[in-house]
Amino acid sequence: MEHYLSLFISAVFVENMALMLFLGMCTFLAVSKKVDTAIGLGIAVIVVQTITVPVNNLIYNYLLKDGALAWAGMPDVDLSFLGFLCYIGVIAAMVQILEMFLDKFVPALYNALGVFLPLITVNCAILGASLFMVERSYTFPESLAYGVGAGAGWALAIVLLAAIREKMKYSDVPAGLRGLGITFMTTGLMSLGFMSFSGLTL
Amino acid sequence: MATASTKTILIKPIFMDNPIALQILGVCSALAVTTSLQVTLVMCVALTTVTAFSNLFISMIRNYMPSSIRIIIQMTIIASLVILVDQVLKAYAFEISKQLSVFVGLIITNCIVMGRAEAFAMKNPPIPSFMDGIGNGLGYSVVLIVVGTLRELFGSGTLLGITILPTVANGGWYQPNGLMLLAPSAFFIIAFFIWILRNKYDEQVEKNEFEMKPHTIEKGAH
Repeated sequence: MEHYLSLFISAVFVENMALMLFLGMCTFLAVSKKVDTAIGLGIAVIVVQTITVPVNNLIYNYLLKDGALAWAGMPDVDLSFLGFLCYIGVIAAMVQILEMFLDKFVPALYNALGVFLPLITVNCAILGASLFMVERSYTFPESLAYGVGAGAGWALAIVLLAAIREKMKYSDVPAGLRGLGITFMTTGLMSLGFMSFSGLTL
Repeated sequence: MATASTKTILIKPIFMDNPIALQILGVCSALAVTTSLQVTLVMCVALTTVTAFSNLFISMIRNYMPSSIRIIIQMTIIASLVILVDQVLKAYAFEISKQLSVFVGLIITNCIVMGRAEAFAMKNPPIPSFMDGIGNGLGYSVVLIVVGTLRELFGSGTLLGITILPTVANGGWYQPNGLMLLAPSAFFIIAFFIWILRNKYDEQVEKNEFEMKPHTIEKGAH
């Protein structure tokens, strides 16, 4: 249990998807103007991460890995080059299923997330987490802990940035830096702050 | 855009309509792979190739695609191209492909590729689309190469692995700036890049949400 907990903590803080690995930056910078929307998007990312990383883990281990098709009587087949195509397919399908499920059973959350749900498909943090999971050959329970952690870390980062940007709305920024420029600076400073976690030994 | 010449399509995204600085596309990989110039260059070539060819192919079949499933088709084309690039890198540049780790795969979700396919290739014939892909790839490359050069030169005193500034550790005079090798420096360098670019092209400056009033009435100020 301790092992999974430390995996989770390190995914949230030490290897924060947005601030340490720069994944999902496009949405991170574009959708962080208001705290409310940032929270909605953050929750959506956590949910999708929690589902897709373990599912991709199963697909990789039982279908794609070298020799993984042994159960089907084909021990020599190595399909790992199809990885990218499968992961992105799984992500797109999951997002679609989640969207239909929420629309039918939890309309309140569906309306709150609105346009952000389909946008998650092209969020690099989601695909990135799946690729890291494959590269580090996590087991199924490990991939579950990592998925939740990666999603939570990203959500934490975007909510924090949105809070800072809401405060900063009234400040007098030099003309050329207005908007995108100052957001980059802020993110850089936040990333400096998160670097203090890298000394954490788990 | 249909009448724009090939040259404009190729040149415009580099400074006037830069994908990273103005369109906020493809920022993720721009930050992560720029610690050394060599890796940066490989990434630039990979991305430009994928953008150009995905634009070309998507534009070729644009009239036969039902719009309801176009995203899936675009994704499949892009993912196939990225698999191709990944396999080539693994075969001929294994060391670099190890350093790039997951970031080659992340070209799939790089918004430049999707964004240009959706915004340009769906509406234009194949050849201009191909040029637009190369132009945007170059615009991305310019930012990446600037950031990569600064980070490697000041972070470890080398360029492409060749020593430019001899560091103190090797008996030289240059004290390397460790911050440059760390994550946050990329944010600061891109912020300054945007600042310089927007000072040159005034129309790119964003409007303030709240205009400040002067603190004092002008007449009574003295």
